Amino acid sequence: MEGYLGSYAVLGLVLAAGVLLFVAAFGANRLLRPGRPAEPAGKRISYESGIDPVGGDWAQAQIRYYVYAYLYVLFAVEAVFLFPWAVIFDRPGFGGLSIAEMGIFVAVLALGILYAWRKKILSWT
Amino acid sequence: MTVADVLLLALGAVAVGAGVLVVTSAHLVRSGLYLVVSLGAMAGLYLVLGAELVAWVQILVYVGAVVVLLLFAVMLTRAPIGPSTDLDRPALPAVLIGGGAGLGLAALFADAFRWTFYAMPEPGTAERVGEQIFGGWVLPFEVLSILLLSALVGAIVLSRPDIGARAAATATEHERGA
Repeated sequence: MEGYLGSYAVLGLVLAAGVLLFVAAFGANRLLRPGRPAEPAGKRISYESGIDPVGGDWAQAQIRYYVYAYLYVLFAVEAVFLFPWAVIFDRPGFGGLSIAEMGIFVAVLALGILYAWRKKILSWT
Repeated sequence: MTVADVLLLALGAVAVGAGVLVVTSAHLVRSGLYLVVSLGAMAGLYLVLGAELVAWVQILVYVGAVVVLLLFAVMLTRAPIGPSTDLDRPALPAVLIGGGAGLGLAALFADAFRWTFYAMPEPGTAERVGEQIFGGWVLPFEVLSILLLSALVGAIVLSRPDIGARAAATATEHERGA
């Protein structure tokens, strides 16, 4: 295994070792644990200050978390273009022009973060 | 069969299997996590095919960001714990459309390329992609920033109706003040 695929062989080995470790740990756990755990009355009831719990569980998520999630998506898409740029911008034939091009790209997207900031999207009200 | 063929078959099987689990699992959050496996296997496919940068972009953007967005959407609307029993799954039309599209594309490719073998092109590293973008495709790249900006502004306006309704809100405040 040489060349392009061979350069990823180490990564593949690390991934395979990780999966093997996971399977071994959980498999050993399954082999060693008691097969019939005790089930005393009330074991699976949530504890609430010594009082029997009332009602169901409660989960909270708000739209403001979602705003951060999609801001992250958009800026991830932007950041992706920084990688090819970072590799070539100091090569002969690119230089200042490509730095200016990336500057325009980042400046246009900075307008977006400026808009979000001015509209108080980023403040945690 | 070469190593690449074996890897393509194995990763394809993982992607399709995880995709089937996405649409059959009764646990919505687990569906999102199976989607991570499916998209990760697709990143592996890109990697084997030599599209190095695309593979890592797939990991960064799809596995990293889009799945987070999807799980947030699920948690915002349902916040489900345990299986959801009220999911509707139009199985027959989905199988027809999915199977039809898959078989149609397979037939199209088999017909277009027959069994001709082509040598693998050079790997699409960040270096090659960068030379292309900043060499010949600068204008599309700059237009892309405007597309991303409009997506950002549009998402903000759609998700926060209070921003669009600022004029109405100040109008009612004026009425209250008067």
